[in-house]
Amino acid sequence: MADNRAAIDRDIAMYRRMRLIRRFEEWQPALIDAGEIIGHTHQYIGQEAVAVGVCQALNADDVVTSTHRGHGHVLAKGADAGRSFAELMGKETGYNKGRGGSMHLADLSLGIYGANGIVGAGAPMAVGAAATFQRRGEPRVAVAFFGDGAINQGVLLESLNLAAVWRVPVVFVCENNQYAVTTAIRDVLAAPIVGRAASFGLAAEAVDGMDARAVHNAAERAVARARAGGGASFLECATYRFEGHFTAERGKDFGYRPADEVAAWRRRCPIVALGDALQGEGAWTAAERATADAEVEAEIERALAFARASAYPPADSAHDFMYARSYPETPARGWE
Amino acid sequence: MAARTLTLLQAMNEAFRQEMARDPEIVYVGEDVRAPARGESAGLIDAFGPARVIDMPISEAAMAGVATGAAMAGARPIVAFQVTSLLFPAFDQLVNQAAKLPHMLGGQTHLPVTYIVLGSGARDGRAGQHSDAPHAHLLHAGIKCVMPTTPHDAKGLTIAAIREDDPVAVFVPALAAGRQGPVPEDAYALPLGRGAVRRPGRDVSVIAVGHHVHWVLAAAAELAKTGIELEVWEPLSLLPLDREGLLASVGRTGRAIIVDDGNRTCGFAGELSALLAERCFGRLKAPIKRLTRSDIPIPYSRGIEQTAVPDAGKLKAAVEQVMQWRG
Repeated sequence: MADNRAAIDRDIAMYRRMRLIRRFEEWQPALIDAGEIIGHTHQYIGQEAVAVGVCQALNADDVVTSTHRGHGHVLAKGADAGRSFAELMGKETGYNKGRGGSMHLADLSLGIYGANGIVGAGAPMAVGAAATFQRRGEPRVAVAFFGDGAINQGVLLESLNLAAVWRVPVVFVCENNQYAVTTAIRDVLAAPIVGRAASFGLAAEAVDGMDARAVHNAAERAVARARAGGGASFLECATYRFEGHFTAERGKDFGYRPADEVAAWRRRCPIVALGDALQGEGAWTAAERATADAEVEAEIERALAFARASAYPPADSAHDFMYARSYPETPARGWE
Repeated sequence: MAARTLTLLQAMNEAFRQEMARDPEIVYVGEDVRAPARGESAGLIDAFGPARVIDMPISEAAMAGVATGAAMAGARPIVAFQVTSLLFPAFDQLVNQAAKLPHMLGGQTHLPVTYIVLGSGARDGRAGQHSDAPHAHLLHAGIKCVMPTTPHDAKGLTIAAIREDDPVAVFVPALAAGRQGPVPEDAYALPLGRGAVRRPGRDVSVIAVGHHVHWVLAAAAELAKTGIELEVWEPLSLLPLDREGLLASVGRTGRAIIVDDGNRTCGFAGELSALLAERCFGRLKAPIKRLTRSDIPIPYSRGIEQTAVPDAGKLKAAVEQVMQWRG
């Protein structure tokens, strides 16, 4: 029973984290419309099981690299929703002190090496971190998150090869949400993704990315292999973004996804699925689930209040942090 | 300190060895590092082993990215590009990742990465894709760059680059790589952001970037026989730049000719020229002249290769122009 209790606690933790991500993401359109978030964001809604299932298998000192659609990975790795909202709002209390925003969220103290605006660009950094852990004999693991769009990006393929040759402790997690912006992966890839990964000599596995438990189990195997010196692995997680590529797509129909396809995936919401499964298995009651939802809601409200109350960075601090060591007129200012 | 005669690349090799012996977090990553054609990494694998001296596949983009990730995890990588043009396959990882991450992340990480960029500049029929002098590309992205032209400076600036907590590119000018000179045995770092007057002179400041400095000095000695005294100033550190030293030299002579192997349009010579125009306008006795490569790929055949790059003939013509200028 003890094992069972641990599994239930783990699943409840995953449920709550997914729910936190969902609510964090659902708030963004209103905050954008109100001018509180600058520009646009790439919402992670629908894909929560991947980030949470994988990160639940990681230790605090393991590291992740993320994508332009990175909020989910960052929150799943333990980031605070308040400092994350603050960053999206460009506040000084944000993780990046307002320098990065949505596409560059990072907290190195939590092992989050950053969301990234360039598809596939985080993968070699994960390999480099993992090679460093390996050289030092540290039992740490690096995870590279990327989407199906990255599978045709050269630097990712170079990274897959390096990780396989060096047998470094990396887990590559391909979130196949079926579309690179508007381009269907089936139109730009002639062979299965896992097959491509396996051809590099990586242990490669296809996983149901809408099932947090399935993702978590696969991630645990891959992470354990990496930690034990067994080398790198590749997980292809089939998933779907319920919203558009980015928030600017709201209210528009670019016509690249059939409505019935979207509807069918939406019926497979990973948060509802895990919540229902736990209830069906008698692991928690409807009331306990409602309490968990309410607690997440309260956390989101606290987070928003924190972010809103935070100050913007002072205007004259724009040039800070360019270099560890500055020199006269370096970085150069644009008007002097 | 005892000094021996070494070549510029031998001096850099000594810098790698001494720094790697000092700090176990320094790793050396590159292509053909076990059997380097030019010798810059000779013996490193025997001294420090394959965990710290890493032979890469032909994957320049991943090579640059691996270094960034390793640096975020606390390593201090040295990354060697065998040909200047190999920066281009790695460009996103250099200018869009490494150069930007410390600022974008709000100072959460430093990136102590050293890029060794070998064979910079046009020479000997290397043609369009092996003759580039792409320092301006990295400068434009805010990456610190140094360009030593003597063995002494190469060792000191390489050590300084390795010890700097930011990405620094060390450009090794092709025609200076084999030059010999005295090099102290002990490890020493030269400061970034300091240029040097290589020859004092009253008439014209010639700002000579990279391997041009050597023939410019020879040309200056010749012109001195005709009574024209060139002051030869070498930046050594392109970013940070010794603005004070540059402005002091041109302030003294009132005339400036900038000699750079990079392309003309939006090149480093253009940047220096703009700086002089903005800060030194009242002291100038003649328009600033630039001698750069032409905006074409370096042609293969000897004669037309020479046409495309600065040389002593072009310098003499430029000196004549600025000396005879009557506004």
